[in-house]
Amino acid sequence: MLVSQLIDKYFRTDRLPHIWCPGCGNGIVLRAIVKAIDNLGLNKDEVCVVSGIGCSSRASGYLDFNTVHTTHGRALAFATGIKLSNSKLHVIVITGDGDCAAIGGNHLIHAARRNIDITTIVFNNNIYGMTGGQYSPTTPTGSTGTTAPYGNLDYNFDLCHLAKSAGATYVSRSTVYAANMIIKQVEEGIKNRGFSFIETLTTCPTYYGRKNKLGNAVDMINHLKEITVNISAYEKLPEEERKEKIPIGVLYRTIRPEYTERYEELMKSF
Amino acid sequence: MADRKVVLMQGNEACVEGAIIAGMRFYAGYPITPSTEIAEISAAKLPRIGGMFIQMEDEIASISAVIGASLAGKKAMTATSGPGFSLKQEGIGYAIIAEVPCVIVNVQRGGPSTGMPTAPAQGDVMQARWGTHGEHSIITLYPSTVKEVLYTTIRAFNLAEKYRTPVILLMDEVIGHMREKVELPNPSDIEIYNRKKPTCKPNEYMPYRVKNGDIVPEMASIGDGYRWHVTGLVHDETGFPTNDSNIAETLIKRLVGKIENNLDDIVQYEEYKLDDADEVIIAYGSTARSVKAAIDILRSKGKKIGLFRPITIWPSPKKQIKELAEKVNRITVIEMNLGQYYLEVDRIAGKYTEVAKFGRVNGELISPKDIISFLEEG
Repeated sequence: MLVSQLIDKYFRTDRLPHIWCPGCGNGIVLRAIVKAIDNLGLNKDEVCVVSGIGCSSRASGYLDFNTVHTTHGRALAFATGIKLSNSKLHVIVITGDGDCAAIGGNHLIHAARRNIDITTIVFNNNIYGMTGGQYSPTTPTGSTGTTAPYGNLDYNFDLCHLAKSAGATYVSRSTVYAANMIIKQVEEGIKNRGFSFIETLTTCPTYYGRKNKLGNAVDMINHLKEITVNISAYEKLPEEERKEKIPIGVLYRTIRPEYTERYEELMKSF
Repeated sequence: MADRKVVLMQGNEACVEGAIIAGMRFYAGYPITPSTEIAEISAAKLPRIGGMFIQMEDEIASISAVIGASLAGKKAMTATSGPGFSLKQEGIGYAIIAEVPCVIVNVQRGGPSTGMPTAPAQGDVMQARWGTHGEHSIITLYPSTVKEVLYTTIRAFNLAEKYRTPVILLMDEVIGHMREKVELPNPSDIEIYNRKKPTCKPNEYMPYRVKNGDIVPEMASIGDGYRWHVTGLVHDETGFPTNDSNIAETLIKRLVGKIENNLDDIVQYEEYKLDDADEVIIAYGSTARSVKAAIDILRSKGKKIGLFRPITIWPSPKKQIKELAEKVNRITVIEMNLGQYYLEVDRIAGKYTEVAKFGRVNGELISPKDIISFLEEG
């Protein structure tokens, strides 16, 4: 299907153009999400996209599904209420690094712990874009932001490690350079009966790129290619070289009973 | 007539009974004294009747899950006390602007902060009114007996559904934990209001347009095939965000107006021995019980005194308080705080009569004796 056909089928074209800056990687991720939904042939009425607050979370408004643009950090908590109330729905959470890992961090670890069937896609651009370039929990140590003018002192999160440790049953990472990988991961994440966590490394040339002199959007996307390596190759690298690279691909999968199924079993037991 | 079941139950228990009769099938909460029994009883009952109970990771998650459940078509409730009520304000504001029916119970305890977790207080009366940010109106109900908790909880759900708004049910530790005899109603005798759903074609659905003769827009559930957009941003009739100043003004005025223009339907109160009274006490919740006892004693001494007890405390019964103020020599507001509802009563009645206040914040109930000595000496 042509991209223009995907747009006609899955986007609310009357809500376009979107608010994202030129060179923003969010459009690549969003296109991959609808492509994955199309590949799976999901009924649009049975898809619910829930987002928080921030640049990426504006995505929900552009998509022709059931869409809920919630409060900052709470998308997973809203989504938990929605999924538990109607387990037939395919619930997809779109969130950003600040939304998901800072203000919403508690909801992330507990949604993962419950293994509730929600597919969470994090648009990780390493910065708070909507508010103008403040450092986030995924801004690398030493990078600058408008609130880290002398370099970020914080250590940054490895969100995939966090999600895996908390109990997610599908954990993967990709980048806007490897757009086809995002499609495959979103498909697998939706198919996984449990909590799926998909981190996509994306680009913010307006704030993160400019503040850290990373060049234009193309330079930044190429940079993502350079700093990432497929998990199978990553595991073969010597320890020192691993420090320089970020692994991408499916990082973790397991099978564990899903929350709403367990709840429904409980109800049937009476 | 089938025999009605008469039981001895706690206020918190009556709250769950009422909620289930009203149709509550989703509860999300976080443990907090003195409201925890509401969560415990919901956890035991809901899975047995096809309902959902979930203990969330925090208070904000609980209200957020409740809003999500309501959007998916469930009648949903959460319960908490002061510290949790502070946290829930974020979600309450979202439910107001996105017009999502839900019920938030606050069994009040001493504050601020962790305060006195096991002691009664009425310090959240103004927070119930103005706790969330931005211009808004809110419905807050406050029962005074265990039986009334049951019926008021049902009414809280009915009002939430009818006005598509969060409704706050205030209690206090005494009402929550006190046990009284309650005759359980026959559910078929109870009037239940359910949100009006759209019947139009999905492509004609305007999720935030009020049809002629309706109070609020029709509400589709997620999964019904209407694929609408819900946001906490100011939005137009399509539900999508806008920065248009005229639309913003129209929306906020409509949200406030749907409550403030329907006071006759929303406001509920009790009048006790007011017919010949030249002096009135205004009190609510557990305090009103002591006031009634004090009034009986004072009446036996020949004092013409009565009680006006708002059950709907927000929006306040403005018309009724003004009419009283024009008739009586003095109104005294008695509450377990230092004069929160007094501010509202004085605003309405201060031009017409003397308005006095008597409050307490030490975690103890105000006794009839305290009330009598205040009125005779104070």
